[in-house]
Amino acid sequence: MGGALNINHLLFLGHGALWTIGLSAIALVGGGSFGFLIALGRVSPSRAVRLLAATYVQLIQGTPLLVIMFLSFFGLAALGLNISPLLAAGASMTIFVAAYLGEIWRGCIEAVPKQQWEAAEGLALSRSQRMVKVILPQAIRLATPPTVGFMVQIVKNTSLASVVGFVELTRSGQIINNSLFEPFIIYSIIAVVYFSLCYPLSRLSRRLERSALQKKPALA
Amino acid sequence: MGLVLDFSVVLDRWQALLDGATLTLQLAFIAVVCGAAIGVFGAIGRRGGNVLVERLCGAYVEAIRNTPLLVQIFLVYFGLSSLGLQFSAFTVAAVALTINVGAYTTEIMRAGFDSIHKGQIEAAEGLGLSRAQIYWHVIIWPGIERVYPALTSQFVLLMLASSVTSQISAEELTAVANYIQSETYRSFETYIVVALIYVALSFIMRFGFWLLGLALFPRRRRLGTPL
Amino acid sequence: MNAHVNPPSVPPNAPVVALRNVHKSFGSLKVLDGVSFTVGRGEVTVLIGRSGSGKSTALRCIDRFETIDGGEIEVCGRRVDDAGLDVRALRQDVGIVFQSYNLFPHLTIEENITLAPHAVKKVPKAEARALAAKVLAQVGLEEKLHAYPEQLSGGQQQRAAIARSLAMQPKVMLFDEVTSALDPELTGEVLKVIEALAAEGMTMVLVTHEMSFARGIADQVVFMHKGKVHEAGPAGILSSPSTPELAQFVGTGF
Repeated sequence: MGGALNINHLLFLGHGALWTIGLSAIALVGGGSFGFLIALGRVSPSRAVRLLAATYVQLIQGTPLLVIMFLSFFGLAALGLNISPLLAAGASMTIFVAAYLGEIWRGCIEAVPKQQWEAAEGLALSRSQRMVKVILPQAIRLATPPTVGFMVQIVKNTSLASVVGFVELTRSGQIINNSLFEPFIIYSIIAVVYFSLCYPLSRLSRRLERSALQKKPALA
Repeated sequence: MGLVLDFSVVLDRWQALLDGATLTLQLAFIAVVCGAAIGVFGAIGRRGGNVLVERLCGAYVEAIRNTPLLVQIFLVYFGLSSLGLQFSAFTVAAVALTINVGAYTTEIMRAGFDSIHKGQIEAAEGLGLSRAQIYWHVIIWPGIERVYPALTSQFVLLMLASSVTSQISAEELTAVANYIQSETYRSFETYIVVALIYVALSFIMRFGFWLLGLALFPRRRRLGTPL
Repeated sequence: MNAHVNPPSVPPNAPVVALRNVHKSFGSLKVLDGVSFTVGRGEVTVLIGRSGSGKSTALRCIDRFETIDGGEIEVCGRRVDDAGLDVRALRQDVGIVFQSYNLFPHLTIEENITLAPHAVKKVPKAEARALAAKVLAQVGLEEKLHAYPEQLSGGQQQRAAIARSLAMQPKVMLFDEVTSALDPELTGEVLKVIEALAAEGMTMVLVTHEMSFARGIADQVVFMHKGKVHEAGPAGILSSPSTPELAQFVGTGF
């Protein structure tokens, strides 16, 4: 092929960017759901459940996402399943995000003042009622800024799905580069696209953090 | 077809895995030391009062924090070579990781420096200390002490993220794994072993930083003050 | 160069601290409105007044923690209002103790005290340590040399902060409401240290709410009201005030 960067290349990059957003959404929903269970597991009354959840977090937070990607990709193959890049990338991101969001959210649950637990207990609410009606609504408020902040990590980390052949933004850049061989220009464009996806999230997260800090006295 | 795992051919290559792990730790060490230095100066720059310097440091931090490491590595790799500069993959990897962790460290240290109460600085001024002395004795060290846990976590994340440099063929642990799995056809087993090595490396690093913390912050050692 | 920045020789009878018609505003709020007073060598001056009267601001201006908008301040022969002032040299002559102690929490008491003599005056480490032992004995804390600030009570921390200032061998000491953050039972030990310093002839300017203490220690009382020196004189004015504002202030105890 060869030639100069043209509109078709940009369309191809745009397509890749959409998959970056799509994979981020999958990761947020999948990792968020699983991560919620992890967070609950970390504060569970059962010692075994707590230990299990903590081990999961330790193992995943001690393993690079890149290696998790390879593990999913080749693990699915070893199980005799068809190797689909989308499945491997989606599973990896879910596993990865769950460990980090789970830990962030556990912190938020534990940050709800102890008196709130005691007050709810005093009203004879069951444990699950205490959790759902008293603790979680307050924890969600605390959890919003760091969760939005972590979404930046999710978007950036989807770039690693390129190694299992998932054609998101970075992979589509690599493909274009294979024909054009203009790596510096292409990766600069890609960097700008990532930046325009991530920077608004960073700003939003900081704004939420600031307004949460200002509201704090009212909460206490 | 059931799942049959055979680790023996992977474990036979323990020497290569050990070399890879050593290189991973070397990369992390270089990036942490240089990144911490960047962080101190970057944080001072972001607070320092000179608008131009503040903007520059801010732009650096935002640019790095809002783009993927993989793309940063490619940019450094191809950027240097388009300038006609040829460096080893290890050097490029070390430079890219340093630039990356420097930005995160800048942000963490700034939070630490900002947490120093104004009264501390006034007390130091009242004693006649110079600006540089105030920074060193009253802002930098106590500030780092406050954010030491966050720094530790960031540095462990950096060590894990260094696996991405395998994409430009730096011969660290993940690159060694890629090579072993292509030779042995035991991909799943290879990455399981390597994942466990990374878990072990993170524990080693956390322990190392805990020891370093005891050495750097005597008050903590004496009083057992949790950080 | 500014010939009057660091005059080495000060006439023996010149005041250590002199404020002349000092003006200072924070935005549109006038905090000092033509304040004048002088403090002679070995004298103790106590600034009193309601909160917001400008007494703390006046004190902070002496050590150049605030710059002034008009008037003159002279401290140990230096013009503090001069833009070219060597601020660090001024602060070697002036010790200041704050309401919130501001000890450095990551340093032991000894390190807190030796830091400035060593870093600023280049006193050798061993000598600085001997100095630390001496000033700590002066405030009755010799056994706390190797403790960290958080291991001390509030009163002990404030005494350590006084010792830290003394180690710089200042020519004048400023105290900014140094007992306001303390529980009542701990104020006594700090006030006793200040009284001992006064007895040794230290020149001091204090902002305080402790009226009976002020009455006992002051050579001069300056009552500030709405940014002005409303009434000033010997400690006796506290017992027989000549303005209704001071009478009311003394009467309410605040």
